[in-house]
Amino acid sequence: MRVVLAEDLFLLRDGLVRMLEAYDFEIAAAVETGPELTKALAELEPDVAVVDVRLPPSHTDEGLQCALAARRARPGLPILVLSQHVEQLYARELLADGNGGIGYLLKDRVFDADQFIDAVRRVAAGGTAMDPQVISQLLTRRSQDKPMGGLTPREREVMELMAQGRSNAAIASQMVITERAVAKHTSNIFGKLSLPPSDDDNRRVLAVLAYLDRG
Amino acid sequence: MEAKRGRIGSALLAAGRGLVLSFAALAGSCTLFVLALVSIAMIPLGIGLLTTPYILQAVRKHANQRRLLAVTWSDVRIPVPYRPFPKDLRSGFTGQVERTTLMLKDPATWRDMRWMMVDMTAGYVVAVLASALMVYPVEGFVLAAGLWRVFRDDRYWYGFVPVDSQATGLAAAALGLAVFACGVLVSERLLRAHFVLARSVLAPTQEQELALRIDRLTETRHEAVDTAASELRRIERDLHDGAQARLVAMGMNLGTVEALIEKDPAQAKQLLAMARESSAEALTELRDLVRGIHPPVLAERGLGDAVKALALRLPIPCDVDVELPGRAEAPVESAAYFAVSEALTNAAKHSGAERIWVDLRHSDGALRFSVTDDGKGGASPGAGSGLSGIERRLGTFDGVMAVSSPAGGPTMVTMEIPCELS
Repeated sequence: MRVVLAEDLFLLRDGLVRMLEAYDFEIAAAVETGPELTKALAELEPDVAVVDVRLPPSHTDEGLQCALAARRARPGLPILVLSQHVEQLYARELLADGNGGIGYLLKDRVFDADQFIDAVRRVAAGGTAMDPQVISQLLTRRSQDKPMGGLTPREREVMELMAQGRSNAAIASQMVITERAVAKHTSNIFGKLSLPPSDDDNRRVLAVLAYLDRG
Repeated sequence: MEAKRGRIGSALLAAGRGLVLSFAALAGSCTLFVLALVSIAMIPLGIGLLTTPYILQAVRKHANQRRLLAVTWSDVRIPVPYRPFPKDLRSGFTGQVERTTLMLKDPATWRDMRWMMVDMTAGYVVAVLASALMVYPVEGFVLAAGLWRVFRDDRYWYGFVPVDSQATGLAAAALGLAVFACGVLVSERLLRAHFVLARSVLAPTQEQELALRIDRLTETRHEAVDTAASELRRIERDLHDGAQARLVAMGMNLGTVEALIEKDPAQAKQLLAMARESSAEALTELRDLVRGIHPPVLAERGLGDAVKALALRLPIPCDVDVELPGRAEAPVESAAYFAVSEALTNAAKHSGAERIWVDLRHSDGALRFSVTDDGKGGASPGAGSGLSGIERRLGTFDGVMAVSSPAGGPTMVTMEIPCELS
């Protein structure tokens, strides 16, 4: 799998390259700046891009803007955005086109290599990987409202994992319950939130986020 | 015809206002001037020390009333130049003595006194003239209508017209009409002249204005320096007790791991896990700290989006309306951001609101923003509250804050910082 990596800090870029290579990814390019990233995304057609939000030369949200522009040019281009801080505002912008293949994680998540690689693969496959912090922010806001209040603690837990972009199988193994129990929880959640049930992981997340967004 | 009636109407209005002003000048200024003189004269006797602050306060109120009328009636702006009392003023008799001294030292007090003298003489005449020009003609018309009969034997002078017959009565009416026309033309201008006269005496000279400005700058600079210093202390403490301590623990754990890795791999692994946890916690702490110093979204996107991101983090639904065609300077953005942040925190914590609205725009050379909630109200910007902190923060940029929070709500905090957008 070919990856384009954009990160301006040498130590972090080097570490990410090593980690991705250790998990059999092919590094198509590892770049430092926004313009370089735009060029690499357009010319190298990677399977997935891992992008830092803040990049030179402007040191603003240049990485994010490049990623959004690249996805406008090539809808569905899988991009995993990394940042020192996560904001719902950015999560919304990334998810807005509804094409999937989007990840948005805190940089700390690279500490757990297995989980991080899992997220990269999920995004490359067209799924989503939302940082638990984004989800928990959304849920604290909504927990005061009635529809979310109707969920049992167990269902809330499933909901959080689901919103991060996990599949039923992944949720089952994380919560140490059977897949069938997860399926039951999810259909309950969809019922309580009056969302039409669907098998597609990605659409599930988008639907949940869109619903939460209405708050 | 319409326009003519409009002119007569506004002239009549000006005449009425002139009448009000002449009362205020004669009754208000005259009384207060005498009281103030007596009170100041009594200071050596001691009694004056007690009464002077009250009377001078009343004088200021009287003058401020005139300033308000000047703006609303004739659009004449007269600045309010009084020096504020220091916040640590003592109470009781000593406080009263301090207050007296401070007020007597304030040049604005003496300007008030001078103004009252002018107001009850020249100011009064101008104001009376504004109304008399509209009232005097009435007498002329009444004379023509039949009142002249009363003066058939005893000649009456209406202006320069001796009235003793119908013909002279009509002449009086003609004069009245001329005066009336004259009144229509000038009474508004006379009213304005009254206020301009007041301004020329009340407004501080350029030198005094500069002195006031220097006072204000010194005060806000002190506050800015204090705030910056205490911020730095807080950051130092947070780093020292948080991230720094965790990094020390991490290094120690890693050292132990090095020693244990061959002897006891199981325990080494456990220590590694601990070290990783420490690094994650250190990161979280640093992230919170950074948010408190300069929020990343503000650096990346500017004020509008930073406030939107802030609103999304609130536990209460919050609508944000932003109309900013450009970006303000970084320090102004930062001050505005933290002011909004503080106001939002206050609203979320104390108001019991179910919804909050933030409005952010730039107009007339100032950044204007407001935070409104539908909570229970009763918020006051007293000392120690978050709101007084906002006021201090904005003060450095000549910004101001106003709070409207009646019991029962809603609460509206309005803030303003003069600045240009780039």
